[in-house]
Formats: sequence, structure tokens, C-alpha cells
Amino acid sequence: MVQTLVQKIIARASSRESVRPGEIVTCKVDLALLLDSGGPRRIWPRLKELGVGVWDPDKIVLMTDHFVPAVDAQSAAILKLTREFAAEFGIKNFFDMQGIGHVVLAEQGLLQPGMFACGGDSHSTNGGAFGCYMAGFGAIEMTGVVVTGEIWLQVPETIRVNWDGDFHKGIVAKDISLQLCRELGMDNAFRAVEFGGSTIADMPMTERVVLTNMAAELGAETGLIEPDEVTLDAIRAAGVEPVTDALDWHSDPDADYLAAHNFDAGSLVPQVAAPHKPSNSGPADDYAAVRIDQAYIGACVGAKLSDLHMVAEVLKDRTVAKGTRLLVAPSSKRTMAEAAADGTLATIVEAGGNLLATGCGACAAMGAGILAEDEVCISSTNRNFQGRMGANSSSVYLASPYTVAASAVAGRIADPRELLV
Amino acid sequence: MAAVAGNAWLFGDEINTDTMAPGLYFKEPIEVMATHCLEAVNPDFAPNVKSGDIVVAGKNFGMGSAREQAPMAFVHLGVGAILAKSYSRIFYRNAINFGLPVLIFPQVDEIGVGDELIVDPVAGRVENKSSGVQYEVEAIPAHLMEMISAGGLMPWLKQTRGKGPGKG
Ligand code: SF4
Repeated sequence: MVQTLVQKIIARASSRESVRPGEIVTCKVDLALLLDSGGPRRIWPRLKELGVGVWDPDKIVLMTDHFVPAVDAQSAAILKLTREFAAEFGIKNFFDMQGIGHVVLAEQGLLQPGMFACGGDSHSTNGGAFGCYMAGFGAIEMTGVVVTGEIWLQVPETIRVNWDGDFHKGIVAKDISLQLCRELGMDNAFRAVEFGGSTIADMPMTERVVLTNMAAELGAETGLIEPDEVTLDAIRAAGVEPVTDALDWHSDPDADYLAAHNFDAGSLVPQVAAPHKPSNSGPADDYAAVRIDQAYIGACVGAKLSDLHMVAEVLKDRTVAKGTRLLVAPSSKRTMAEAAADGTLATIVEAGGNLLATGCGACAAMGAGILAEDEVCISSTNRNFQGRMGANSSSVYLASPYTVAASAVAGRIADPRELLV
Repeated sequence: MAAVAGNAWLFGDEINTDTMAPGLYFKEPIEVMATHCLEAVNPDFAPNVKSGDIVVAGKNFGMGSAREQAPMAFVHLGVGAILAKSYSRIFYRNAINFGLPVLIFPQVDEIGVGDELIVDPVAGRVENKSSGVQYEVEAIPAHLMEMISAGGLMPWLKQTRGKGPGKG
């Protein structure tokens, strides 16, 4: 039976020859990602209540990212409990204050094509860029995974999204994601999105993960990309050998997609999503009158080394506008170190940017950089729901790192192409 | 599981989990978090919702974050069931795991604010006593109803996996 990549991975994880969309199956979990936010603090009390331990400490990856560094007694207590959980259950893959979980997973080479992985966070879809099935679940379900090593699933339909051609200067994967939220809507439950086409084949992994990360905004079960040499090189760069059958994990050529959407990268312009949802997107120029208080570079999706390079490219020999603040929270410690070594951080700081600690920061109003009543922010994060970054009356516009940086310089929303010629 | 009866609270399309369990109160226990549930959308909801009341909403209810505190807040506030045109995948799964009946209900536009509803998740029936109209709805799939009937994932795990006090 011809199958899509999603079907093949689910079939393998559920010990079947093949699966059909709509079927309900139970899958064995290869990797479970737990974060400080919905991890041990919510799961450990339940393990105690059940009187059981974890199914396999070597398949659990634990990170602290949402509440780091601790800013008050509550966040300090959550982090302490997370560390104690790692010690109690012998979790070897515990990364404490090393960066945002989704980014660190990739940096550490923990994802391989064909894997079936679950994460206690909606943006776990990020991992699908490595040709694996990775989806987000609530802490209650991750409790079930941690106890049993299994999860039930309704096999999703697959939607294929192709992007072909070359971007113009200043256009990046984030612009694709914001455009797709508008075009495909945010209500794609029971569907997986497989990204392909020449534009995506030409992207480095740091850009590909933007697409799969924001499959969460499409409401999809997951997003994924068939592995190729770029994928394998990224795994090798982490010091890990790719699995021997890595390149076998792809959709059959005549696989049955629910729908296929074809887009031309050459006609894409910088996108901005207006409050309060990512699907409220349109050309950056449409929002040129919007004055901003804060420009934020952060999150799993928008503060990797390649994102900081975009910011520095715009900020070089320029300064942040008076009355606007630029906050930059690099997405991992490694990102911080590399950006320090190659001069990127210096460029950002010289331009007037404020450097924040590595972590989720202001993205979900759990760390530093949150917004006051009525403030306006442009952000390289992935969600702009009402109150997400602070006060209920604040507003967040989403954009690429290029567009956020250009807006920081202008003090209002700006098309970065004007500054990149 | 018995039928639930209460008054309808109406919400629109794409109500997200950040508004149900705001990040600003994320470190607080559910008792505190629940008092802020949906305050950005309808500040009257959390202080006034009564046990058994029914949340009625449009499409993609619960979009966004995986935070389990979103359905937990409803359970804590005593919400008896949710009727929506469609759900986000994570919210739907979380709700089931807390034993909160979530039904797909295309006719939400026929329900008025405060209408007296009776929802029977097992039979797949909704009765609007205020308008006198009865609806047949898609019953919750059998494999999930098993979990809801057990009271959610924890009671179900206790039945199937619990070993009494152990490690930790
Ligand atoms: S950076 Fe934001 S979107 Fe990413 S995991 Fe953290 S809170 Fe979630």
C-alpha cells in the first residue's frame, strides 16, 4: 500500500505494515520531551499518586526553558523540582538552562528520521523538520507516556505544501509560515502538513524548523519534511551518526494526499501578522503606520543563530529608534556563544539592543520582557494571542527577524527590504 | 456518565488556550489560574459560571498551547460540558483526559446566552429547554468514552497500571 511519510512512521511505531487515515492506533514512543513548564511539576505528583516510576529514563529528554532564569520564589521552586526529578529518575538527557527545548533537541542531534516522538509542548512539531513524527501533548497525556511509553493516535490525513523558486532578499521561512496561517487557516486538526519543493530543499535546517514549528499555528497534528543530505549533515554536525535507513523515510511518489498546495517563493513579500492571531497576516507595508514600543527577538522559532544574523545584518551601522526598545533573547546557550564569537552580539548591542537571558522569556509571558497595558510589540515569536506576552490590552505583531529588526530601527513597522539593498 | 444540565455561556471562533490559562498566572495553582479563565474575552465568565453550566463556542476551540490548565480551569470552575463547532487537537485530547465531555456541535448559532441546556454525552443528545429544540450529536468515540467514564486518564491509569506507593 502506498503511504505518506506520516503513515509510514506511525505504521512502524504501531508495529503494522501500513495504516490508513482515520484509524486509531497505539504507538510506541521513541523519545519524550518534557519541559519545566508542563513537565515534572505536573507529572511527578501524578506518578506519586499512581505509585509508579518512569517507563524508560533513557527515552526521556528533560529541559528547563520556560522559567529560566528564576525570577521569583515560584519559578525557582519549579526549577528546583525539575532538577530533583532528573536526579531521582536518572534522566541522562537533562539540559538545564541550555536553551529552549525544541532548539536544544536539534543541537544535540537527538532527532532522527523515522522516529516517533512526543513533547509536552505544542511546538514539539518543530522536530518534524528532521523527518520524524513529533507532536505536542498536554502534561496529562505526557503523564501517560512517561508511565506506559505509549500513546493512542488517530492517523491523520497528510496535506502537501510545496514552495518552489527563490526568495527575494529579506524574505525567509517565517514569511512563509505567516502566509500559510492565512491561506490554510489555523483549524487543521487531524491533518499533518508535509513541506517540500525546491525552496525548502535549499533551506538550512534552522529555516526548515520554522515551518514545522509553526505547523502548530496551523492547528496540524504535526509538520514534517522528508530527510535529505541537509538533514543528515545537521545530525552529523551535532556529533551523531544518522540512522542507516535515514533516507528511506519519505512519502511514496504516488501517495494519497488530502490536498496539495503549490506556492511560488518569488512572489512572496515580508509578512506581518496583526493582533491577535497568526492568521491575520498580510504584507508588512500594510502596517507601516503602526508605532511600536518593543521589538522582541526570541523564542524557539525566532532567535537561533541564523535569526540573530538577520538582525545584525539590518542593525549594522544603524541604531534602534528613540522611544523603542529592542530585546534579544538568544534561543540557546550555544547560539549565545556562537553569536558572541562571530561579533553578532556586539553589533546588536552597539545598535542599542538589550540582551536577555536564553530561554522562552517574554514569548508566553513567563520570563523577562513582558508588555504593559496598551503597549505594542513586534516579535519574531510564533503566537500573538491576546495577553500572550503580557497585559490583556497589549498588542503583538508577528514578523521575521529581518522585519522585527527593521521595525526597531524605524520605531514603527517597516519592510526590511528597504534596508537590505 | 450522567447528563449535565446548566446554562449556556457563548464564545466565538478560535478561542485560544492563552486566554483560558494566561501565562501571567502560570506559576499559580489552578485555583488562582481558574479565576482568570477567559477574562480577556469575557470578564464575567469565571466569577459567575455555575456548576453544570455549558460552554458553547465556535470553531477551533482551544487553539494554541498544549497547557493542560486550559481544560483544567473549566473542570475547576464546574463546567459540565463544552459544545463547539470544532476543537484544536491538543485541547480536545486534554479535555478527554480530564473527563470533561467535549462535543462537536455544528448548531451553536441556535443557542442563546443563558439558554437552559441538558447535554447527554453518552447518548449524544443536547436539549435546549429554552427553545424546546432537541439535537442529536456525534457521540464521543467509544475508545475515548471509556476514558471519560473512568473519570479521565488518571483514574484509568490507576485501574490499569497503579501499584500502590512506589518510587518518588
Ligand atoms: S519559546 Fe515560546 S513558543 Fe517556544 S517553547 Fe518557549 S514559550 Fe513555547
